[in-house]
Amino acid sequence: MTQLSITSLSKSYGSFKVFDGLNLEAKAGEIVVIFGGSGTGKTILLRLIAGVEEPSSGVIAIGGHDVSDIAPEHRGVGMAFQNFALFPHLSAAENIATPLRAAGAAEDKVKAGVNKVAKLLKIDHVLTHAPRELSNGQKQRTALARALAAEPQILLLDDPLRNVDAKLRFEMRLELPRLLRQSGATVLYVTQDYKEAMALADRIAVLAGGKFVQTATPEDIYMRPATLGVARLFGDPSINTAETSLEADGAGVHVTLGGTRVQVAADYKAHAGEAVTFGVRPESVDVSADSGLAAEVVAVTPLNERTVLLLQTPSGWEFLASLPSSAADIPEPGAKVFARFAEAGTHIFDRQTGERLHG
Amino acid sequence: MDHTSTFEKTLRGVLITLVLVFFLFPIVWIFLMSLQTNETILRIPPSLAFTPIIDNYTALITGQLRTAAGSLQLNFMQNMFNSVLLSVCSVAVSLVLGVPAAYAFARFKFRLGEDIAFTLLSFRFAPALLVLLPLSLYFKSLGLTNTYVGLIWVYQLICLPLILWIVRGYFEDISPDIEHAYRIAGNSWWQTFRKISIPLAKPGIAAAGLLAFIFAWNNFVFALILASADKQPVTVGALAFVTASGIQYGQIAAAIIISITPTLALALYAQRYLVEGLSMGAVKG
Repeated sequence: MTQLSITSLSKSYGSFKVFDGLNLEAKAGEIVVIFGGSGTGKTILLRLIAGVEEPSSGVIAIGGHDVSDIAPEHRGVGMAFQNFALFPHLSAAENIATPLRAAGAAEDKVKAGVNKVAKLLKIDHVLTHAPRELSNGQKQRTALARALAAEPQILLLDDPLRNVDAKLRFEMRLELPRLLRQSGATVLYVTQDYKEAMALADRIAVLAGGKFVQTATPEDIYMRPATLGVARLFGDPSINTAETSLEADGAGVHVTLGGTRVQVAADYKAHAGEAVTFGVRPESVDVSADSGLAAEVVAVTPLNERTVLLLQTPSGWEFLASLPSSAADIPEPGAKVFARFAEAGTHIFDRQTGERLHG
Repeated sequence: MDHTSTFEKTLRGVLITLVLVFFLFPIVWIFLMSLQTNETILRIPPSLAFTPIIDNYTALITGQLRTAAGSLQLNFMQNMFNSVLLSVCSVAVSLVLGVPAAYAFARFKFRLGEDIAFTLLSFRFAPALLVLLPLSLYFKSLGLTNTYVGLIWVYQLICLPLILWIVRGYFEDISPDIEHAYRIAGNSWWQTFRKISIPLAKPGIAAAGLLAFIFAWNNFVFALILASADKQPVTVGALAFVTASGIQYGQIAAAIIISITPTLALALYAQRYLVEGLSMGAVKG
């Protein structure tokens, strides 16, 4: 069942267009991550859904009903703000109790509700503290608890892990999916951390240039990015690119990288002669082959479980390869190697539109 | 770590003492004057050796001023009552009008909003004498001359801009997200204003209220022109001490001591509200 639907939603401030004609549907209980860089309007989208700002045009429907004329307090959404937005003059417990009290719950119900969600988020020991006495992690959990307390149908989480330290962020990334599933709410989760997006999402909606450029499962986004932009946003280190053109002859279809012909899937034949951007993910670069694209290892950077090599072809094209650190014989700087590209991590994009060509 | 040397400590002590003496000496001196007769006050050289008397205070409270030329009626206590009534009512009216207005100016952008706010502020820098003549004419034709209502109305020129501009700043400092969070949690706009905005701006409202009270209390010229003896506050009432037989320094000093007591007490009481920091740590900076 569709719980939340957004139809041709636009928002502009004066002549400045934040986004234009957004469409999105979320099923009950689904976790949809809104992913995009800063300034793309992710937070504004959440505010529009919560009702604290009004869209310039378009329709937001919750549970099948248009909510344009419904005040924020009657929309049945919970929201956690990036800056926490706790009420400084109320204790953590009273902060969490706010939505329960507003709903007119009896005192014992309020207490029970607060304790339940506080236990779940492991903040039951700091409930009597004022917000200023809480650590950032505790503030973030209190804000989350407040959003969850009244068990809203729709939960809007605005980059809740942005302002917490790396260790807690890692823990919460593991914990949150379970917590959110338990709540049963439809979740819209805003983040600009692709790992967080991949870890949490049922589907990811990538917001860029005022549009959703791709809305798909994390796997699809990673394996089949719609555009070069999307391919660049997901992956660390990010995808290697080179501007080239597709050519076909009797031997098959190839691109020219650093002066060397590199064979690509024959399916690209239809696009022969087109100017393209060739992309290959660093983890799809194999340097153990004894033929292929000749390159020299310029630098080797070990990053825990992966080791990243910076490679350079004789003609000067630089690209990265990411190998498991456990791999046998990782080349030394200065070594001459041959690179081959696994087909799954190789994408070819139209140079003009940036769209991925279907091979 | 403490890098302050003994010299610095001593210097700091001396400087603080100098500042305190500078600011407190007049008050102490006036207090001493209030306990003396005109003769001991005016002797040369002045001396700290005198027998304290409370005649000045009894004269003010009973309303009987005895001078060399005979006995004189004083209505200082009536002036005192007028001061309290005018100041309290003016500040109350200003708060009722000014706090919601300050919120509107802080939160909503509307046509001419800035112009209206600035016009209100400009009342603060226009000299009072500029508006007094037209005002006194209007007051006559409206029948407001020598009424409390009229004076409280005019006092809005003093109190309202002050409260509006100070409180506006405090409202602007509250993150709109805090208010949004309260609304999303299921509360109406009005509940949010009452339960979130007002409590968070409380230090500002207290400070603005206190300042407005002091300004209203100290006002002289409006009441001098627009009211007669029975409605005038202490500031104007003090003129009565300049009598035909000379200036009654002792009574003036006693009157000053009595008239600064309410504002002093209020300032001491409100001090704890003036301490900021209530909103620290609620919003990640």
